[in-house]
Amino acid sequence: MADTTLVSVESPPVERAAAPRVKLLKTGVSRRTAWLLRVASVVVPFVLWWAVSGSGIVPDRFLPAPPEVWAAFTEMAASGDLQSDLLASLGRIGAGFALAVLISVPLGFLMGTVSWAQPLFEPIIGILRYLPASAFIPLLIIWLGIGETSKIALLVLGVVFFNTLMTADVVRQVPRRLLDVSATLGAGRARVAARVVFPHALPGILDALRVNAAVAYNLVVVAELIAATSGLGYRITRAQRFLQTDKIFAILIVIGLIGLTIDVTLRVVRARVGRWSA
Amino acid sequence: MSLRFEGVSMAYTPGVPVLEHIDLEIPPGEFVTIVGASGSGKSTLLSLVAGLTRATEGRITLDGRPVEGPGPDRGMAFQSPSLYPWRTVERNVAFGLETRDMSRQARKERVAWLLDEVGLTEHAAKLPGSLSGGQQQRVSIARALARSPRVLLLDEPFGALDVQTKEDMQLFIRRIWRDLGTTVVMVTHDVEEAVFLGRRVLVLASDPGRVARDLRVEPPGEGLEVKRTAAFLAVRAQVEDLVRREHRAHLAAAHA
Repeated sequence: MADTTLVSVESPPVERAAAPRVKLLKTGVSRRTAWLLRVASVVVPFVLWWAVSGSGIVPDRFLPAPPEVWAAFTEMAASGDLQSDLLASLGRIGAGFALAVLISVPLGFLMGTVSWAQPLFEPIIGILRYLPASAFIPLLIIWLGIGETSKIALLVLGVVFFNTLMTADVVRQVPRRLLDVSATLGAGRARVAARVVFPHALPGILDALRVNAAVAYNLVVVAELIAATSGLGYRITRAQRFLQTDKIFAILIVIGLIGLTIDVTLRVVRARVGRWSA
Repeated sequence: MSLRFEGVSMAYTPGVPVLEHIDLEIPPGEFVTIVGASGSGKSTLLSLVAGLTRATEGRITLDGRPVEGPGPDRGMAFQSPSLYPWRTVERNVAFGLETRDMSRQARKERVAWLLDEVGLTEHAAKLPGSLSGGQQQRVSIARALARSPRVLLLDEPFGALDVQTKEDMQLFIRRIWRDLGTTVVMVTHDVEEAVFLGRRVLVLASDPGRVARDLRVEPPGEGLEVKRTAAFLAVRAQVEDLVRREHRAHLAAAHA
């Protein structure tokens, strides 16, 4: 075969590459499989619970079976205790979280936009946020008594510092160029803050709120475990006194479902507001 | 009545001037392109005109009034289109108009006219994220033009675009310039682009930045085919040599 050419006009056939075997990253999962996995994620533990409690390995008093929990749930719902406890807890979360947001979002916005605010507030908030909010409970009781104020104050303490720093971070991420462009378009400082920085930061602020709503939600139950006469946490302590594990389970499930609802709601709002950043 | 630099110097760090003693007069309606090696302060020059940076010495005047900060008489577009990603195309263009006491109707008409001028009418209601790079840059230029600036400042506006889109945009910006009669000052690192678009090409020297050459360019035609003519290639080569010499000098200075 002396017939060699330097330039080949026809390209040689390309071998089809073998399918990659290792799928550690970005592995595709079909929508159907994903949904199956989501359902399994909830159903499998539930079935395990039912099986273990039904097998009699664990005393009923420690691990009540789902039907008993359901019975406890309907009983509490019928007496109205559940609703009033739920309202009490949600009221505290609403008040505490709202207050925390009213403080932390403007403060974080200030820290992210005004040059003197960052060095003034960051060090102290950086220290305070590492103090566990629940460690303040005794102090709050001494200062504010065992009423509503101390519980709401606990929620504020647990949320406000993290939310401030997270807000400040998001606000700082507005690109320099966007601010420059806005200035050349005749926008003054106030207008840039309201029409450029705020809308740019809003999806990130909502992300921070979603994370910290979970914190507030956890803390309200903690607050009610200590000194309360109403609320879901209080109901759990009462049930503990009478070894009513079925009631405790029912309340835990209610807490979980309400938490999930709050999370999903915030996710939906975030997705709508932040369509552009997706 | 023009854009004037009077002994303008600029140093971000005292003692290390980025621009030194720039004296320049750009009459209304001129299309000026600025090329230069890195370190020549091209972008700083535009930033000074825009009022985003203050000169350390000298002054810049526009129609006799000194530039003291950003203002709507000078529109600017950057290499990254920097659009408001949450605003639709038409609301991006409208941003500069929302500050003035302008009736809704008048604003709507102005935006519609601008979108027509840049050929994006059908994309008016889209978010910038769904547009191509060239389209985004058109929106950015339309937004800069909204308040009929005396000067349009372009900082490497087509630097991130592919070659075909870039050539489309070159014809586009020339048409805009023809239609509106605005002064255009454009910084670019692409000598071909500078010679093709500019009726006047400024070559900046580095360390510190100053005007090394001020060339008048009269290309023998309008279309992209001009780029292949001998006359065009000769001017382009001349400018490229100048820029290259400054680039070498800059490197030598950096290693000294």
